[in-house]
Amino acid sequence: MTGKTMRGLRAAALTGTLLLSVAHSFTPAYAADPIKLGVLEDQSGDFAAATIGKVHAIQLAAEEINKAGGIDGRPLELVIYDTQSDNTRYQEFMRRVLQRDKVDAVFAGFSSASREAYRPIVNQFDGLAFYNNQYEGGVCDANMIVTGAVPEQQFSTLIPWMMEKYGKKVYTLAADYNFGQISAEWVRNIVKENGGEMVGEDFIPLGVSQFSQNIQNIQKAKPDFVVTLLVGTAQASYYEQAAAANVNLPMASSVNVGQGYEHKRFKPPSLKDMYVTTNYIEEVDTPASKAFFAKFKAKFPDEPYVNQEAENSYLAVYLYKQMVERAKSTKRDDLRKEIAKGDVCMDAPEGKVCLDPKSQHMSHTIYLAKVGADHSISFPKVWEDIKPYWLGEAGCDLTKSDPSAQYTPSNPPPKN
Amino acid sequence: MDVGTFLFSALYQFGDAFAFLVLSACGLAVIFGMMGVINLAHGEFIMCGAYVTVSAAHAGVPLPLAILIGALVSALVGAVVEVLVIRHLYSRPLDTIVATWGLSLIGTQGTLILLGSTMAGVGTPFGSFQVGDYSYSVYRLVLFAAAVTVLAGLYALFNWTRFGVMARATIQVPHMAAALGVDTRLVYSLTFALGAGLAGLAGGLYAPTMTLVPTMGTTFIMEAFVTVVVGGADVFLGTAPAAAVLAVVKATMTSWYGQLFGQIGLLLAVIVVIRVLPRGISGFLLRERA
Repeated sequence: MTGKTMRGLRAAALTGTLLLSVAHSFTPAYAADPIKLGVLEDQSGDFAAATIGKVHAIQLAAEEINKAGGIDGRPLELVIYDTQSDNTRYQEFMRRVLQRDKVDAVFAGFSSASREAYRPIVNQFDGLAFYNNQYEGGVCDANMIVTGAVPEQQFSTLIPWMMEKYGKKVYTLAADYNFGQISAEWVRNIVKENGGEMVGEDFIPLGVSQFSQNIQNIQKAKPDFVVTLLVGTAQASYYEQAAAANVNLPMASSVNVGQGYEHKRFKPPSLKDMYVTTNYIEEVDTPASKAFFAKFKAKFPDEPYVNQEAENSYLAVYLYKQMVERAKSTKRDDLRKEIAKGDVCMDAPEGKVCLDPKSQHMSHTIYLAKVGADHSISFPKVWEDIKPYWLGEAGCDLTKSDPSAQYTPSNPPPKN
Repeated sequence: MDVGTFLFSALYQFGDAFAFLVLSACGLAVIFGMMGVINLAHGEFIMCGAYVTVSAAHAGVPLPLAILIGALVSALVGAVVEVLVIRHLYSRPLDTIVATWGLSLIGTQGTLILLGSTMAGVGTPFGSFQVGDYSYSVYRLVLFAAAVTVLAGLYALFNWTRFGVMARATIQVPHMAAALGVDTRLVYSLTFALGAGLAGLAGGLYAPTMTLVPTMGTTFIMEAFVTVVVGGADVFLGTAPAAAVLAVVKATMTSWYGQLFGQIGLLLAVIVVIRVLPRGISGFLLRERA
């Protein structure tokens, strides 16, 4: 959206609020000031397929909240920019929403590269950002609230299950940037802890779409299953090419299906025997999930898929509402006092979720989704209330100190 | 692993890289290599071909015919673009960069707005075959055959047909060709459309193997420019040897050190070739050394 239309919208919103405060002249003027939420998500570029739904989910939640009277009587106003799958856009727009638009909180980011690009800016202006995306874990930063799932939730469930079912020889095919590298490290460690063997690892630069050599490497290594941590639409071409070459191995992933709905985009059976741990996808068959899906489709009938990150974004708006209403403030420090109490929980479409005070990450219900030969989804296993335990156990405690750093298993928080 | 299996797998990887380089580059070889138009919208012509092919296939058209329709529609779009935009900028090469870049942005974003963020694929035809321990996709061999056919076709077109002679004459000395009665404007349009059509053909051929998204063209564009720059001005004598050399570099580096080094190798090869042979491989073959 251009700055001009944005300004127009903002003017319209302001006029609306003004009229509202005139109508309810008994309400104090400040109470009707809108709460502003910056939304920086990729609505074009390589990641758009997985992230347009996040914006729609936030719009849906905002509409519901405003219809029901807003947050503590104040309307919720969205300031939306398209970050174009481009890290530098994240930095520009993060400065813009924090400095010029003066938003109360920002919902931002898909790729871990983009998150690490904007995080220093959030720290610099002491803002509050929600990262509503599954990722490689380890961000210990008081300015960040993470509602997406992390490796201890997705891999410590998925990998042992796969090893038990299919065997102990594992091959990892991962995107070559911080997400893929750190996730691959998690897989490596979990495979080793469970007495398995890594028979190969390949890292693929983002944007690569031709996989003949990697397919051959996998066939040479003869693994029992392949862990695919491929990111972006170009890399998703792997499945079609592997199926055409008849690789025919089970696959395990923390990103596919749940984000890029590859099972809907590719012709069956290229994703046959793909197993994914995700905290939500539209096929989840519970009353709460079905109600959420129906609401989503009613507002956005053309939405191709309601994915994990859409649900994360949706629940994050309600989570923010709850924190602001409990704290009676939008100040970050007041909100964090509520988080520190350890009972910021809600019933999300996936099930009950809670915010961990030490890491400001989220507990999740983890669904193991299996893609069938006809690309239908079944859930062989559901793990309830899986906590984001790793950061807290490793020594990150945001209630005591704020290192604003990202840690990995090989680079844990310093002990003191 | 025995020697035969190893040789076959190495040849297959080479053929696969060769086909990708030739098919992504041949349209650009006509438009950039021959006509000198730096066409940054090349990837969008490829995307256009892929989208039309898949739409036609979804509508029930058999895949080979759908690919041809994709190429033809791209050629048509290319002709329109030439008449509306490119024609006015032949004497302003730097401005064509901006204009075609703009076209590329419009193409990508327009597709995103009109057709959404993704499109369902059609699946790769023909299945697979087994050599030794490895199984391979038959369709990859089809791509290699298509690349060789396109190269042979281009050679025949530019050397043995009346259109080919007129096109080369028009691009070398336009006013002379015009004086001899050649409708140079028409020849320019047709040549540009040919390049766009070849890009569309590449898109159509790769569509069954790839994710269909508005940005899919960008995955071709680096390889395309690299091949054309290394190849030089001659469509056949440039593209064929350049793609062969680069395919060897890329396949070898990728199989030894992985995809990242395959890309690094490709770019290093370009730097070396430009330094040693500023007019590309075809310039060297035709003794045009600067």
